[in-house]
Amino acid sequence: MSFEQTLARLEQIASSLDRDDLPLEEALRLFEEGIAKLREANAALGDAEGKVQRLIEGASGVFALEEES
Amino acid sequence: MFDAPGSSPDQAFGVGELTTLVKQALEGGFPPLWVKGEVSGFKRHTNGHWYFSLKDASGQLPCVVWARETRRIPAPPDEGMAVFARGQLTVYPAQGKLQFMVDALEAEGEGLWKKAFDALKAKLDAEGLTDPARKRRLPRFPRAVAVITSLDGAARRDIEAVIRRRHPGVDLVLIGAVVQGEGAPASLVAALDRLARWGGADVAIIGRGGGSREDLWCFNDESVARAIAASPVPIISAVGHEIDVTIADLVADLRAATPSVAAEHAVPILAEVQDQLRRLGGRLADALEDRVAAERRALATQLERFTLRATRMVERRRARVQQVAGRLEALSPVATLSRGFTVARDAEGRTLATRSAFAVGATFDLLVQDGRVRARTESVHDDAPHLPSRA
Repeated sequence: MSFEQTLARLEQIASSLDRDDLPLEEALRLFEEGIAKLREANAALGDAEGKVQRLIEGASGVFALEEES
Repeated sequence: MFDAPGSSPDQAFGVGELTTLVKQALEGGFPPLWVKGEVSGFKRHTNGHWYFSLKDASGQLPCVVWARETRRIPAPPDEGMAVFARGQLTVYPAQGKLQFMVDALEAEGEGLWKKAFDALKAKLDAEGLTDPARKRRLPRFPRAVAVITSLDGAARRDIEAVIRRRHPGVDLVLIGAVVQGEGAPASLVAALDRLARWGGADVAIIGRGGGSREDLWCFNDESVARAIAASPVPIISAVGHEIDVTIADLVADLRAATPSVAAEHAVPILAEVQDQLRRLGGRLADALEDRVAAERRALATQLERFTLRATRMVERRRARVQQVAGRLEALSPVATLSRGFTVARDAEGRTLATRSAFAVGATFDLLVQDGRVRARTESVHDDAPHLPSRA
């Protein structure tokens, strides 16, 4: 699931939870799913130290990324 | 006596000899220069050369633009167009004709540039390549952003700085390209081709910093426009400054006014994304808390109703018990005793209700309202008094 999809699912879960007609059991299940998704999203944001690289195409059409200073 | 060339039939010039001399004199006497006039009789030869005349009220000058020079001119001029032509004045010996060899041609104002731009735009419009409906939404959270520009240009630095400031976690992939001059279109097309075949970028920025109209012209090139339109990766164009609109801008998925603005469109601000996640987390927790509180209230209400019903039930039972107790009391001998009657019982507790139960001389108990009296039978008679009816 992409970050964007994860975020969309979270919005959806939050909206569902705001409804009163949801059975309690279902509400608890959604809440758990929401927490897992939040954790996922935070991890996706947190793990990155972005790189600057140059795309190099080798003679055989194989691509390589070369670190830029 | 005179034998100067051309002074007598004997000294006559050959035609070619003379025209060559004139050509040399003309070229020597006139350095490359600018001429202004109106275009007349424009013809494009099959070999790629352009022929036309420049005219004004009093004169006419035959002009040629060699095929290789036409490539530097954005578009052929229109009939009657007022233009400035730079070139070398010469003679075309084969026809003995004055000729102006043009190497640069500009129309008044935007002239030829606008003409070339409009022509290509009309063509791409007709094919639907500039249709706003074709434009793709950019990914909101790209992991890798490709940048197609000159590796040592200002645009690259600007984009890098803005992306780092907004979101330090996004990867930047540079695809070097020539962004001005004759080789630029081919270089840009090659870079776009690499971007497509590599497939690792979520979005790409193509562009360069500000420059002259000629410098930016490669972004009005048809092959570049088609490569952008065909890109599988969404493209943000960022050419020059705010006022510079190019064909690349029209076919890109998004036109950014400058490279810095393109970088802003390409990546979100990390802190804002983190805020959004925090808000979502808060909403989840609040919703669940509300839900649990509601369940608790519902439970309390149920309990209250149950207690109320139980209390009522107990009260109803109690009332019935009291009612029965009242009736029992009415039947109880104790009540009878309280009205002054007594009951006789033998030692075993049997009630002595008839004459035959009493044996003369035997003792028995009389139960009275407040106790027991031990008595003895003196004698037994059959003249019983009438008992009052039961209360």
